[in-house]
Amino acid sequence: MNALAASADRTAARRDKPRGFTLAQYAICLKGIVWRESLRFLHQRERFVSALVRPLVWLFIFAAGFRQVLGMSIIPPYQTYILYSEYIVPGLIAMIQLFNGMQSSLSMVYDREMGNMRTLLVSPLPRWYLLCCKLLAGTAVSLLQVYAFLIVAWFWGIEPPLLGYLTVLPALVFSGLMLGALGMLISSVIKQLENFAGVMNFVIFPMFFASSALYPIWRVREGSPALAAVCEWNPFTHAVELARFALYGQANWLSLAVVVGCTALFMAGAILAYDPARGLLARRGEGGGAT
Amino acid sequence: MTIGNRALTVDGVSHNYGARRALDRVSFAVEAASFAVLLGLNGAGKSTLFSLITRLYATQRGRIAVLDHDVARAPGEALRLLGVVFQARTLDLDLSVMQNLVYHAALHGIGKREAQARAGELLARIALSDRAGDKVRNLSGGQMRRVEIARALLHRPRLLVLDEPTVGLDIRSRADILGHVRKLVAEDGIGVLWATHLIDEVADTDQVIVLHDGRVLGDGAAGRLLADTGAANLREAFTTLTGGPLATGEAA
Repeated sequence: MNALAASADRTAARRDKPRGFTLAQYAICLKGIVWRESLRFLHQRERFVSALVRPLVWLFIFAAGFRQVLGMSIIPPYQTYILYSEYIVPGLIAMIQLFNGMQSSLSMVYDREMGNMRTLLVSPLPRWYLLCCKLLAGTAVSLLQVYAFLIVAWFWGIEPPLLGYLTVLPALVFSGLMLGALGMLISSVIKQLENFAGVMNFVIFPMFFASSALYPIWRVREGSPALAAVCEWNPFTHAVELARFALYGQANWLSLAVVVGCTALFMAGAILAYDPARGLLARRGEGGGAT
Repeated sequence: MTIGNRALTVDGVSHNYGARRALDRVSFAVEAASFAVLLGLNGAGKSTLFSLITRLYATQRGRIAVLDHDVARAPGEALRLLGVVFQARTLDLDLSVMQNLVYHAALHGIGKREAQARAGELLARIALSDRAGDKVRNLSGGQMRRVEIARALLHRPRLLVLDEPTVGLDIRSRADILGHVRKLVAEDGIGVLWATHLIDEVADTDQVIVLHDGRVLGDGAAGRLLADTGAANLREAFTTLTGGPLATGEAA
């Protein structure tokens, strides 16, 4: 009788187990994934250098060249006339995160080909959680890049208020999540490594140029109202504006709402795409290996 | 259906890629503490079956269970009891052996200290203790495979599945790895599913599952397959069953 009861207990325990991971185990998993992504990032020194050089080229050369062409009027959040180079810093920050988001998506495609993605996906923790961990890890890496860039920019004379370095952090977390989630969604759709060139042409460039990163939208409207409308609907514009306001200690609620909304949307899409039953992976039959 | 202590149950599994049928009503079981060879040519459906067992894709038809946990309904429990060695190399080349192992343990919710202790034991068993701090890039192919097997065992699974684990290795490494996995079966009571197209990896007492064109054409102890087909050796038995010859062991 006792044995029976014990065995029934065990069966019950087993039945209860499908949710059988403690919070500590979830935390260990998250920590492990962030740790690995950071280690990998530090090992790939060229990736760090190019992540830093890309926005600096824009800042040192492009902004200097355009300084006289584009006059800046006083628009929020700025309270005084600013130099063009100061204007484009938030855009460049967002660009860093855009590239990083796409690159971690590239690394997911690469991982998938190398099989690392498969080792991630055979973890017994829920898949949506694994993807969220991956997303957070990518965002953490993008923060490293952004702050490295802001430090160099400071020496170049881009000196937002000191408190701005702190207030911009939550904005960067949100925009990093949004752009990372977009990258993840794209990674589930593109099949091959080479397609990153396509991502550049069809995602990165249009998103970057049709936004408020390089020019204020009111200037765009003078030239082309249609393009200005596109800019206003572009989620990347809102990532830029969120960072721009936050860097000066202000909140742009509209942009925050758009960024949070888009993050949820892209992430839901990515989780769906990586779902084994409904996912695109299964539909494509991309098993790796011979069959 | 009682599945008792079966390590793996595959029951009526079919899988299509679009119109192409990759697996057709595949059924077999692997008992605990047994060594089962999934024998088939490239393209027979072995990798698809692995994708289903590891839940990369959902099972379209049929049922797969690890111990008594249905992969579709209780994936967490099933995956927790499952160790996998993929055909492709899946270690991070730029990280050290220990870093790779600690990362994998974290994916199973195992903390760093515990992971390092377990990894130390497992590395000692495969005679790689002195390489724990080395970058994986600097290991030989056979050593990487051994590390991957150690990694698959970190979370103490009851079923170990290996997809063509000896492909591309020299004869000595192949024998080492095969011997090591057989020892796991004998000493730790782990159930093993070993997919291969190399017939010389099969021992007389092994269970052999012959997979061809997505269908199971034979399933039983190697000796029984010989008796059933009236063949003199397993190679002939395979030819009789499938109507085509099988590859020999890869030359070193």
